[in-house]
Amino acid sequence: MSVGPAFDKARGEGRAALVGYLPAGFPDLPGSVDAMRAMVAAGCDVIEVGLPYSDPVMDGPTIQAAAQQALEAGIRTTDVLRTVEAVAATGVPTVVMTYWNPVERYGVARFAADLASAGGAGLITPDLTPDSGAEWIAAADQHDLDKVFLVAPSSTPERIAMTTRNCRGFVYATAVMGVTGARSTTSDLAGPLVARTKATTDLPVGVGLGVSNGDQAAEIAAFADGVIVGSAFVRTLLDHAGDRRAGLRALEALTQDLAEGVRR
Amino acid sequence: MSQDVYDADERGFFGDFGGRFMPEALVAALDELDVAWREAMADPAFVAEFEAILLDYAGTPSLLYHAERLSAQVGARILLKREDLNHTGAHKIRNVLGQALLTRRMGKTRVIAETGAGQHGVASATAAAYFGLDCTVYMGAVDTRRQALNVARMQLLGATVIPVESGSATLKDAINEALRDWVASVDHTAYLFGTAAGPHPFPSMVRDFCRGIGDESRAQCLEQYGRLPDAVAACVGGGSNAIGMFTAFLHDESVAIYGFEPGGDGIETGRHAATIHAGQSGVLHGARTFVLQDEDGQTKESHSISAGLDYPGVGPQHAHLARTGRATYLPVTDAEAMEAMALLSRTEGIIPAIESAHALSGALRVAAELAQTKGPEATIIVNLSGRGDKDMGTAIEHFGLGGPAGEAR
Repeated sequence: MSVGPAFDKARGEGRAALVGYLPAGFPDLPGSVDAMRAMVAAGCDVIEVGLPYSDPVMDGPTIQAAAQQALEAGIRTTDVLRTVEAVAATGVPTVVMTYWNPVERYGVARFAADLASAGGAGLITPDLTPDSGAEWIAAADQHDLDKVFLVAPSSTPERIAMTTRNCRGFVYATAVMGVTGARSTTSDLAGPLVARTKATTDLPVGVGLGVSNGDQAAEIAAFADGVIVGSAFVRTLLDHAGDRRAGLRALEALTQDLAEGVRR
Repeated sequence: MSQDVYDADERGFFGDFGGRFMPEALVAALDELDVAWREAMADPAFVAEFEAILLDYAGTPSLLYHAERLSAQVGARILLKREDLNHTGAHKIRNVLGQALLTRRMGKTRVIAETGAGQHGVASATAAAYFGLDCTVYMGAVDTRRQALNVARMQLLGATVIPVESGSATLKDAINEALRDWVASVDHTAYLFGTAAGPHPFPSMVRDFCRGIGDESRAQCLEQYGRLPDAVAACVGGGSNAIGMFTAFLHDESVAIYGFEPGGDGIETGRHAATIHAGQSGVLHGARTFVLQDEDGQTKESHSISAGLDYPGVGPQHAHLARTGRATYLPVTDAEAMEAMALLSRTEGIIPAIESAHALSGALRVAAELAQTKGPEATIIVNLSGRGDKDMGTAIEHFGLGGPAGEAR
């Protein structure tokens, strides 16, 4: 399994792919599966399942609060893999986004094997760069998994080339110098970064950090192959904490808005 | 830079530990810092300026003091490296003056720092004032409450103190928040990392700025006693004061090296911060090291009566020194540390930081053992890394001080 076909399909339709993120176990284990399935039904092309972690350096307050809630409810790495299995069963490619220590603790080879057997497509690693990731790269290759590493506006041309050379599936371009979180305006750093990244690879380039509505998605989709949205989905569920059905409806509405945006 | 068995390789690995596990957004900044630090340390003008500031402003070399009344209690010679007498009251000033001088050299105008007990925050605010830099300090909300005096000191020095409510609201969360700030501000901001942990080059750089502690101790011991000590001891949270002390003695095979970790309520209770003693290898805050973690790799909440030691990770060079056997790391409980705090106060008239009291408590154990084999000439240097003013609130609570009887319970 790879996210490749999903990006190919979107490209074939002359649009960007919509990648949606939610942490596993938020608002609770069945609730997160329901939410991700709703995002699939409403138009996400790829799902990112977040592995809640105690020290999420790249995450802003919204995602950290959701991850904290999941951890306090006792979410385990095995629960994340079960979530992947449930979401991947929809047929939409499902990747895990995780900080490195939980993978190392689970066992890198074991994690790769279990992720593959759960139907997962691969891993996004915000705090693992390819030059520190030899063990993961080997395990991913052995189990035919995508390796999604990040490039940033501060990345040198040499590092972008090194990173894309080690990616499979897509390349994650962080649109801003900053952490996750919805922003009112999109970044003017994203376009040049995508251009610099595309100059080194034929892989699709997804842009994340800060996208929260259809208009922003449309702006990004004009130059990127994928639009990655996380905090806005999490925020939607947090805003409807007392009413699960209303939360799902709002999530579907947001997904539809974003899916329409990537098609403009 | 010498490359030896105890030092890091080019990628910042001390054996299996260290390295750089960080968001790509910060890699360029870490590379820039690595280059700037290496160039600065190879520049005699930079080194001379650093040494001059330490001498004129920080008040180093700190004294190496023979604690005679304390020594008499254990039958061995106990020497205290009086880092508590440095400006701002702790060894931390060495590190921040080095990093702030480097910040100025790099042309950056703002510094950020994390702090646990507040000593590093106070030192950072001080260095920022000295060099005319903007300063923001992140501090766990729990720590802002137990170290209110240091919060006020930082504010008086002109720093902005931001309480961090996320996670366990202690030092590790302050580091996370400072890293988040740094991702967004790295073009004009330097992160004055407070301990010899984190991603490469911080562990090596912080060590080098702190290594004067050991270099001075070694020279002072030779000069005053005509010999090297039998052992050196320091407390280890992240481990900056300890690595500063240990570095000078790593190749003196006759000198035993002891790091004393916060044993909290006791290792068996699970409420402690003895990372090397009871942690597992993992990745935290950008480096592979020993980490207090559960079986899913989630960081466990640490506990120590000393906010300055309350950290679930440890500098990677310490992990390496433990694994190679060059240094021995042992836990000291809260109660034992507080007992040592009182003992030093009453025998020598020196009120140590609770961090330093951990080192002292462990060193007293070691000194008693040394005395049995080597007699009264047995010599141990204890790094008295900080003074206890900031910990008076904890001491008042622990000992029941300040009551009408005017004595401790």
